[in-house]
This record gives sequence, C-alpha cells and structure tokens, in this order.
Amino acid sequence: MSAKILIVAEHDGARLNVSTAKCVSCALTLSGAEITIAVCAADPGAVAAQAAQLAGVTRVLTVANPANTHALAAVLAPQIAALAGPFTHVLGPSTTYGKDLMARIAGLLGAPQVSDIMGLESPTRFQRPVYAGNAILTVEAEGGVRVVGTVRMASFEAAGGGGSAPVEKVDVSVELPTHTRFISVSAARSDRPDLQTAARVISGGRALGSAEGFKILYSLADKLGAAVGASRAAVDAGYAPNEMQVGQTGKIIAPELYVAVGISGAIQHLTGIKDARTIVAINKDGEAPIFEVADFGLVGDLFQIIPELEKLVS
Amino acid sequence: MKRILVGIKRVVDFNVRIRVKPDGSGVVTDGVKMSVNPFDEIALEEALRIKERGGAEEVIVATVGPADTQQQLRSALAMGADRALHVQADGVIEPLVAARALLKLIEREQPFLVILGKQAIDDDNGQTGQVLAALWNRPQATYASRLELLSDTTARVTREVDAGLETLEIDLPAVITADLRLNEPRYVKLPDIMKAKKKPLETLSLAALGVEQRQQLKLARFEPPPQRQKGIRVKDAAELVEQLKRKGIL
Repeated sequence: MSAKILIVAEHDGARLNVSTAKCVSCALTLSGAEITIAVCAADPGAVAAQAAQLAGVTRVLTVANPANTHALAAVLAPQIAALAGPFTHVLGPSTTYGKDLMARIAGLLGAPQVSDIMGLESPTRFQRPVYAGNAILTVEAEGGVRVVGTVRMASFEAAGGGGSAPVEKVDVSVELPTHTRFISVSAARSDRPDLQTAARVISGGRALGSAEGFKILYSLADKLGAAVGASRAAVDAGYAPNEMQVGQTGKIIAPELYVAVGISGAIQHLTGIKDARTIVAINKDGEAPIFEVADFGLVGDLFQIIPELEKLVS
Repeated sequence: MKRILVGIKRVVDFNVRIRVKPDGSGVVTDGVKMSVNPFDEIALEEALRIKERGGAEEVIVATVGPADTQQQLRSALAMGADRALHVQADGVIEPLVAARALLKLIEREQPFLVILGKQAIDDDNGQTGQVLAALWNRPQATYASRLELLSDTTARVTREVDAGLETLEIDLPAVITADLRLNEPRYVKLPDIMKAKKKPLETLSLAALGVEQRQQLKLARFEPPPQRQKGIRVKDAAELVEQLKRKGIL
C-alpha cells in the first residue's frame, strides 16, 4: 500500500514557511507517496500557489475561513481532522506551530503521533530522538493505523521548486470553537537571517554577561551574514529573547557553521546543534563540555576574541 | 470548590547521562535517579502560586505510571499539592492513554484549570496536553510563559513561540502546558516532606476508569546517536579563521 500523506502547511497568511518544504522532503523519502498539502487561511490563494510549486507535491487543498486569520490549534485541528479521512499520514513541522497543532489533531483522530520524525524506513517505521537526543528510537505503527507526525526540521532539506500541483478549494463543514482568541504576537523584527534556516549561526551564553554584552555577537554576525542564537541560561538571564533559544526546548538547528560563544554545553543545548556541519567553541573554561563536540575549540576571553574575529573577517 | 489539576510524570532525572542498553530494548534505568519531570514541577508551582494568591482552593496532582511513581507524587505533595491521584499502570503509556485517564479524573474532579508540563524529558513527545484538550473539547495554551486569570471564566496566556511571544485569551476550563520561564519551582523543605506523608494519596487503575491501555506505537529499537568526532584546539582568532577558510567555510 502506498502512502497518502497530508501535510499541514505553516504560513503567516502571505508566505509559506520553509518548514512545509521540509515536511515534503520527509514525505518524499517514502517512494510512491502521494503528497497533498492543506492550506487553511482566511485567504489561502497566495500561500497555496507557493505550496503548489514545491517539487513532488500531488495537489494542494485550500480551506478559506476568516477564523483561520491567526493560527489557533483549537480552530485549525477540527478542519484538518475533517480532511484526514483518506490519508495514511498527517504530517506537520516540529515547530511551535506544528507541535501545538498536530497533537491536537492526533487527539481528535484518536491516532498515535510520532513526534520529531528524523527518518522513515517504511510507511510504518520511523526514527525519532528521545532523551534530549541521547538515544534514537525506532517506532513501529500497527499496520492500517493512520499516523500523525511532526517532522524534525534539522533532519531534512527543503524540497525544491518547479512543481505545478493543482489547487482545489474544499469546504469543511465543522463547527469551529470561539473559546480561544488571538490577542497579539510580539513582532521580533530582525534584518538578520532566520535562526531556524540560517547557514551560519553565532550563539551566546551566560558569559556574555548582559544584553549589552550580546552586541558584540550581533556585530560579528552581521559581518558573517549569520543569525544569532542563545543558550537557555542567557535567555533566562534576560540577555536575549526566548525566540533565540537553541536546544532541546528551544530551536533545533543544522547550520553549516555554528559558533558557540561563552556556552558551556549542557546536554540540552547540544541537542539543538548536533546536526551542525561545523561547530566552533569559544570559552574561557578549557574543560567545558562544548569542546567535546566542537570541530574547532578556542580557549580564551570572548570579549577579546570576538572583536579580533570581527576584524579578521571584515 | 475551585480546583486545579496538575499532571506529572516520573522520568529519569535531567542530570543523568542516559545509556542505551546493549540489546537496544531501552535505556538503562536500574539504579538511576528518578524525578518529577522538570516541566511538570513548573506546572505545579504555577498552580500553587494561583492557590496562594487566592485564585484556587485546592491543587490536585495526578499521574499515570508504575507503583514507584508514588515517590514523585509525595514530592509533589511536599511542594504543596493538597492531594494526589495515582492511576497505576505499568509498561508504555502513550499520550492518548494518559490523556484519556486524565479526562476521567477531570470529569470526577471538575477543575477549572489543568496544567501540565509542555513535554516529558524522557520520551520528548510533547503531546499529552494538546491531546487532552482535544478530547475534552476545551482551549489549550501550550508553551506558557505567563498565565493571568482575568475572571472565573477567562484567562490570558503568553506563549513562547518561534516568532517570539504570542498572547491568547481563553475561556475556562482549559489546559495549559508550562514552558521553562513560567516560574522557578520552589525548593522543598524537610518539614514539608514530613507533612506530605500524611496527605491523601488515592490509587486507581486504568481499568477502573474504563481506559484501555492500548499501545499503537511499538518501541522497536533504541540506539545511541552518532557521535561527533572530537576536533582540534586552535591557539587564537587568527588560527581559527585560517582553519575555517581552509575548510571552505569562510
């Protein structure tokens, strides 16, 4: 039986998030899979057009409803559950959007969910990390059971473009709740690359000492075209906002270059960077665990080293 | 009575460096320190603070797990929960089963708020809160970093999301899942541990609640993750830049 996969698109109403293209790549690892993307929005046209261009997609379904203006799991889940009937798998990204939504869909369907899929051996066998990535677990679903899943972003490249899948409007006649209301989202505007997808990331830890201290990282990051991340300790201390946190409970990333500055390297942080191509650690404590995973380690005072680096790469 | 129900899970302590069993059947748990899942401690702390501010009259802590989980329930009682409900079950308890059991407890206890950790640090599933909210057909506010009760029937929750901070207004009752920065859990004092021994702890079974312990995902194999090669030390910034250029990264 070939897999029929429904992917729930992530978007901001205008642009499709790259996380959806990564879900497509995950689905494409099953040969012969039929891939459908569902776009729920107030006005899904633009996002659906982008989804239709992803290589390997069979078709795009759009559900237009003003209630979909903001992505609320309680509102989206019944619509996706209503579409799920013919599908063997319902996948979404393992981003905060997808993690919030997909498990609610699984609850409505009474289906098992495989969280953080990092590989598929077959339509029923999946690999996923457990214990903060300190073990890889293979799970096997019973045959014939519909599986819900979230796709681990660091494990898949974004699917390419060039496709031209047909777009179909669908009506979903389910009652949508009004018990959950969107109020606001802090718009953390940044000219820097997105942390989740950047090729280069520089992260700072508590050793930066203050939000002011982080400025030397921003300055270096701008020279390198890098995104800036932070350890949990730095976010807890208020040196950096929560959306910059990298690790088990923050963002899990796979850049070409990761530079950890003043980060000791707790297991929970290392989980978030394991898939980086090259890791550089800069820390004054030569015994810090971050050096165990670093390709290049430099022991010294970051407040001296970072400005030096900036001069050298300018 | 205004009640808050808090779900907790017994997990391998977050400081333990786990090892995969050579036969791939699981991770070594013999003689390993077990604790309340850290996110669930944050959930409990939030419930206790609401009660201390007069926003609730009773905090009930509940778990689904093996007999040994009583230790973690006692820890939760020592932190300040008023009573504990232990749905005893061995083996793998999937989020759907845990959520169905919690829903039965909700129907019995009628809480106005249910708080859980956002994920357990053993299986890292991060599902139970959302599944429970779906089964209960009530609002969910996951990854909460701030919770304000606006009235007896509404709450405002700030959530940590990829874009930054999102604020939702939800009707009560509802399910909240706690993120790291919601609060910092209190330390338990010795007299509280003594007092906790006298607090009520009720043991139930899945069967008595009418919940089937179904396992839909078989745990086929555990493996250690691929290890990164240990790298080299460079002496200064200049050598670092040279090395990165040589590798074609800069």
